[in-house]
Amino acid sequence: MSLEVIEANGLATIQDSGRRGWRRFGVPVSGAMDILAFHAANSLADNSSNQAAIEIGLGDITFRALHDCVVAVTGVGYDLSIYIWDFPLWSSYYMRAGWTVRLNKLDSGMCAYLAIAGGIQIPQVLDSRSTYLRGRIGGFNGRQLQAGDVLKSGTPSHPLTELAARTLPEEARPVYTNNPVVDVIMGPQEKYFTPESTATFMSQEYTVSTTSDRMGYRLEGATLKHRGKTELISEGMTMGAIQVPSNGQPIVMMVDSPTTGGYPKIGTVIRADLPLLAQCVPNKSKIHFRKTTAAKAQKKYRELMSSLERIVEEEEQGN
Amino acid sequence: MRKIVPLGDSAALIQLGDEVDFTVNQRVHALANLIEASSIHGIIETVPAYATLLVHYDPLILSFSQIKNHLRVKMDQAEEISNREPRRIEVPTRYGGEHGVDLESVASHLRLSVEEVVRIHSEKIYTIYMMGFTPGFPYMGKLDDALVMPRLETPRTRVPAGTVAIAGSQTGIYSIESPGGWNLIGWTSLQLFNPESDSPFLFAPGDEVKFIVEK
Repeated sequence: MSLEVIEANGLATIQDSGRRGWRRFGVPVSGAMDILAFHAANSLADNSSNQAAIEIGLGDITFRALHDCVVAVTGVGYDLSIYIWDFPLWSSYYMRAGWTVRLNKLDSGMCAYLAIAGGIQIPQVLDSRSTYLRGRIGGFNGRQLQAGDVLKSGTPSHPLTELAARTLPEEARPVYTNNPVVDVIMGPQEKYFTPESTATFMSQEYTVSTTSDRMGYRLEGATLKHRGKTELISEGMTMGAIQVPSNGQPIVMMVDSPTTGGYPKIGTVIRADLPLLAQCVPNKSKIHFRKTTAAKAQKKYRELMSSLERIVEEEEQGN
Repeated sequence: MRKIVPLGDSAALIQLGDEVDFTVNQRVHALANLIEASSIHGIIETVPAYATLLVHYDPLILSFSQIKNHLRVKMDQAEEISNREPRRIEVPTRYGGEHGVDLESVASHLRLSVEEVVRIHSEKIYTIYMMGFTPGFPYMGKLDDALVMPRLETPRTRVPAGTVAIAGSQTGIYSIESPGGWNLIGWTSLQLFNPESDSPFLFAPGDEVKFIVEK
């Protein structure tokens, strides 16, 4: 079973749940920016959680099924049409050979995920199928998808008819909004900032800069002031970490971020809320930050991940 | 210094110091090796740096207080073991020339001859304190005080893979073509990162490196 890319206008890449075990050598994790939507797409297609799917952002894309297959589409900011019908996201669909599936970019939200039952079969590089664009490794020859690329799938877990028409009800999905409140665990360098700056960060509104990408989201808003030093000796960091360079404008590290960094980190966005930030539209979404604890953050993440398993079979589908 | 603090909800940062110090860095590597070898369920990987060790873990398996307890035990054990003998890797290097474009300006800035810069840089055995920046880039030290240089005011947009460089009290080698703000003094034909290979990285954190002058 396979899909051919007919037209790709934005940034579409193959991603899985990330490249682990190589960070000590300086290799970023990569993987899906919205890990919740990614997991939901795999669950809907009944793939194991580490199968590769397609992350679609920044523009429209069209695929054609070269064989009968089942696709599942999740995420925010896209309209979906298959063959001649429009369909909602967060469901799985049966596609006959020759049919097209098209995702059209809307003004809200940033990325969608398309999983194919059986997962995308492509060789692993450093134990992962995720594309790391700057390092030109993983995914489809280390690059974004282009028209003409053919993506082969593995063997689906069940007959296709049993995998189609599955949906994740709205109440089980992450709650996306244009103006999210994003939880942050403070530290490790909170003390590098004036108390007024910490208060400012927690009370003022921030937007995402247009220069943001899979490496980092630059925030625009009230400037944060360092007490003294604006650098520390480099140490390991992770996605969600909020680095504040000397200009006082915070940068949230995303999936392709370097593994180490030397700017003070005022806090780290929790894993459950990072997808909400990832889906924020530059110059449009208004973001507020709120303090939380590691224990609360982990509970929220566990609840969200188990909620993504609450898939139901639909009675009827348009085809 | 001995602290474990959360970095978000899926990483724990072990702080053993707050400056670049050989002894502290050796303790970081000893602890990293111990944790990597113990395969604690829920620990994904570790990232050793100058004076810290970042431990990435799966928040679906471990809570922060659980990982903290695991790490405390490992820290106590690490105090009692001595570091294993580090690997030493020789790096044939052509100083100056097409890729070592800053060698002459470095020499004049430091009021040394080009030959002296090459001799001082290649004499010492360096330790890889940490890796980062790009896949396979080694941060090495400590550079002789005579070679301490500021970074470039304007970083270059493209530095070729294999370029040997210095900045501050450190020396490094660009592992893939990337932007770079360090002073470029030479080049090696060794491949630092080969994703197709069974051992994709030439170096590992904690290794020793000796530059060999290639004519």
